[in-house]
Amino acid sequence: MPYIPHTPDEIREMLGVVGARDVAELFDEIPPALRPQSLNLPRGATEMAVRAGMERLAAKNRIDMVSFLGGGYYDHYVPAASDLLLSRGEFYTAYTPYQPEASQGTLQAIFEYQTAVCRLLDMECSNAGVYDGGTALYEALMMAVRHTRRKKAVVSETVNPIYRIVLATYTRNLHLELVTVPHKDGLDDMEGLAAAVDDKTAAVVVQNPNFFGNVQDFTELFAHAAAKGAVSVLSCYPVLQTVLKTPGAMGADIATAEGQSLGLPLSFGGPYLGIMTCKKALVRQMPGRIAGRTHDAAGRTGYVLTLQAREQHIRRQKATSNICSNQALCALRALINLCLTGNEGLTRQAARSIENANYAAWKLCAIPGVRLVNAAPFGNEFAVVFPVKAKLVARKLMDEGVIPGFPLGRYYKGLENALLVCCTEKHDRADIDRLVRRVENVL
Amino acid sequence: MSTVFSKSVPGREGVWPDAPKTDPLDFIPATLLRGGDPRLPSLSELDVVRHFTALSRKNYGVDSNFYPLGSCTMKYNPKFTEEVGALPGFARLHPLLPQLPGGGEMAAGALEVLYEMERFLCEITGMAAFTLHPMAGAHGELTGALMMAAYHADRGHKKTKIICPDSAHGTNPASASIAGFDVVSIESKDGIIDPAALAAAVDDETAGVMMTVPNTLGLFERHLPEIVAICRKVDALLYYDGANLNAILGKLRVGDAGFDVVHLNLHKTFATPHGGGGPGSGPVGVSERLIPYLPVSRVEKDEAGRYSLRYDHPKSIGYVAPFYGNFGVVLKAYAYILRLGREGLVRVSESAVLAANYLRARLADAIEVPYNRTCMHEFVASAAKLAAEKNVRALDIAKALLDKGYHAPTIYFPLIVKEALMFEPTETESKDTLDAFVADLLDILAQAETDPEAVRACPTTLPVGRLDETHAARAMEITDDL
Amino acid sequence: MQKDLLYTKTHEWARVEDDIAVVGITDFAQEQLGDITFVELPAVGDTVEAGQEMGSVESVKAASELYSPVSGEVIEVNGDLEGAPEKVNSDPFGEGWFIRVRLSAEPAGLLSPEEYEEIAKAEH
Repeated sequence: MPYIPHTPDEIREMLGVVGARDVAELFDEIPPALRPQSLNLPRGATEMAVRAGMERLAAKNRIDMVSFLGGGYYDHYVPAASDLLLSRGEFYTAYTPYQPEASQGTLQAIFEYQTAVCRLLDMECSNAGVYDGGTALYEALMMAVRHTRRKKAVVSETVNPIYRIVLATYTRNLHLELVTVPHKDGLDDMEGLAAAVDDKTAAVVVQNPNFFGNVQDFTELFAHAAAKGAVSVLSCYPVLQTVLKTPGAMGADIATAEGQSLGLPLSFGGPYLGIMTCKKALVRQMPGRIAGRTHDAAGRTGYVLTLQAREQHIRRQKATSNICSNQALCALRALINLCLTGNEGLTRQAARSIENANYAAWKLCAIPGVRLVNAAPFGNEFAVVFPVKAKLVARKLMDEGVIPGFPLGRYYKGLENALLVCCTEKHDRADIDRLVRRVENVL
Repeated sequence: MSTVFSKSVPGREGVWPDAPKTDPLDFIPATLLRGGDPRLPSLSELDVVRHFTALSRKNYGVDSNFYPLGSCTMKYNPKFTEEVGALPGFARLHPLLPQLPGGGEMAAGALEVLYEMERFLCEITGMAAFTLHPMAGAHGELTGALMMAAYHADRGHKKTKIICPDSAHGTNPASASIAGFDVVSIESKDGIIDPAALAAAVDDETAGVMMTVPNTLGLFERHLPEIVAICRKVDALLYYDGANLNAILGKLRVGDAGFDVVHLNLHKTFATPHGGGGPGSGPVGVSERLIPYLPVSRVEKDEAGRYSLRYDHPKSIGYVAPFYGNFGVVLKAYAYILRLGREGLVRVSESAVLAANYLRARLADAIEVPYNRTCMHEFVASAAKLAAEKNVRALDIAKALLDKGYHAPTIYFPLIVKEALMFEPTETESKDTLDAFVADLLDILAQAETDPEAVRACPTTLPVGRLDETHAARAMEITDDL
Repeated sequence: MQKDLLYTKTHEWARVEDDIAVVGITDFAQEQLGDITFVELPAVGDTVEAGQEMGSVESVKAASELYSPVSGEVIEVNGDLEGAPEKVNSDPFGEGWFIRVRLSAEPAGLLSPEEYEEIAKAEH
């Protein structure tokens, strides 16, 4: 039996020590009425057979196409060393570091990860990570609610629509008022947002670049929020933060992000990494695990999980969150990636992505009838409007081996002709030219 | 060991793409651009490899150490599942693809994995349907609690309370709270749920009861049929915390037993790696009457065998995850189930329960086991006597075990046993390992009698000794810059 | 056992002088909690109600709600505790005081030192 080492002799010996006749006797407490009514599962298979089967399934997924899909999840280059370091059994077969003396590898890595994301986002404090960028945004909102003791949140419609649905799902039973401020041609309505923020507002939530790829400055909005006693929450894109004005520089109280773009595979939806950072004044409200530096009796530097008194295993129903897991391996992966690419590497990823996106936008807009949704600056993503439904364009191009981007009509009424197109440093001119040619053919 | 930041040397080249031909300033005004530099470390590939290799050597993992952490099921992580998880056909798939027209067909293999995995989990647990979206066990609990709330709201019930036994894991009441419920705790009797206490606590406002089988003491909840009956009387939903599923695989299907909502931990029972604290996966199963409330999307299969995502479920609670769950983790668990098959899964629980009872039988003379009867896959010992007589506590025994090369068992949980030590050997450890562990633990217990000071000084063979947690909490140095 | 104080069964104490009360937690409480790492208190000007939550105390291993023994307006908060929470451990009845309250009502329902001693003994 794979992975179970007990031989028949050993089983007999162990039963002898336990004082049981056979293994079945150990389950005597489960009455016949509670035994399984059926257990219709296939027979076990060899490793070779299972691997072959999984490879057949993997082959049914089309990864051969040139893709311009983004929407918060980006295909950046992942250095080979990253995969190999992460495959060390000491990292990935370890448990949560509750016995710190035997977990200094994991704990120091969490500490370094916290430092790295704080520097990247220009924020003071970070936790060890939560499940993904969407739940990070929800947790940020709850931090604001607890801190201000207010029950209203102002959310821009340009925040990732999937995240907004997640927010609504989680807050449904909490008697919170979520006010959505509509976008204006894909841009944030700064006046509308400011007007909606009053002294009953716990948080104002925005994203940079926003879901349409546009880059904006929220400094004034955040100052206004602070004057009203509201918490400012900014969801951002970590790779572009090497180049764009940071949440810290804008005065954000909390900055969250999806860490997938920092070297995690796209992996069809997960596992991902919810980055959460905040100002020092809010750190006690921050959920999840946090690693802190300390020392032992001999003065040796060491790291431990700290501020645990807020967590579920101590506070129980009064915990800041019910979160137990922290996506440790994903945070480690992000850290390793940040170390391998460094300032220069990550900045190049960002700059090349912006360069490619601008080239793509310029060439697409040269096609008659195609225009950008707005004229504002954008990062690695932009929204173009076609004279026909974006879904139709996408379908035709996918038949020809190109995924041109994401049709926005799915989440934004009135934008059925708009397509969100993303570029990273992995695209080259030839890919983009091919996209443009095909779009031209279709239109 | 210094941090990676202090090893930074300006000018060292890492792994870089080509430089751009343009500057972001060509496209974006300076006011929208970053002022300072991100101060990420500047290191060569070898620097990074040395640093993280050295860090890894300071960790205990299942691959190197016996890890009898109760309630965590630290079983061996089969390596072939890592290969499967890394297959480009899965790893490079963008999550938005199936949301494009015709995109479902282009992700057919992935959708098939999701669909088939749901079917497997239904068959293993006896539940009617599953969602794979929750990204961890606690996340599954929250999803379950949200569905329970939706069920009652839909029926116009005024249900405000959820009941948990005092032995429950902290995430249970925390999750119930977030879903908007008040939590009522009931006292266990003889280590398990007391039907009389439950009946007294249950009323028309009870939305549900959260429990686990076996419970956190490793004991079988023998009053389960009565508990189900008490819940049914007031239409309270019964929730199963699947943390301990390893004990009952193939021996009890919680759906058959009457549970309405169930969450599983793929990173426990189904052997996906713990990763130092995640990522995990916490699928949630439901009985027939709760199906309408499952989160969307749900995977469907038509008569032609084609898979697609359906979002049109009007009573769904919405999105608990951005996409379809931690797909990369689900993949590994799916492969594990295929490998073991029906007979393998049954052997898992049999071997896990045998190993735990063997350990209990060999230790029960040397250390107090409060409920010293047949346990399931784990058992709880108490160091209360040793603490009172020799001032050697559960914490000290745990640290001494670290010195012997074992990860300690779970300590101080469940809360209802003083100086608790919870041992879960799992089915993947050999008898030799268990025997060596027993010998070493007996040595420690003996030493506690004759030289308690030495035990309290542990660990002494690791990179650091006991760390000042008070200082950590007071100083709050949580980045290199604070 | 401090004889001039009144107590709650949730281990807070109050020293009442005319219409002012000083509030803190008992020696038993600080011992149970272990090394205190943080104290969350109401602000000057806030109203507190007898028996209602007014803040929390955190240690490395536990976090506990604080319940006000008295009703009134908070007129002073011990600012030392932010930088030196350990004062609650070393001197819970003196330097480790939490807040000063201008009473809005006669303190009622509080325990005498002897009654409190019984409770603490039972919980030990």
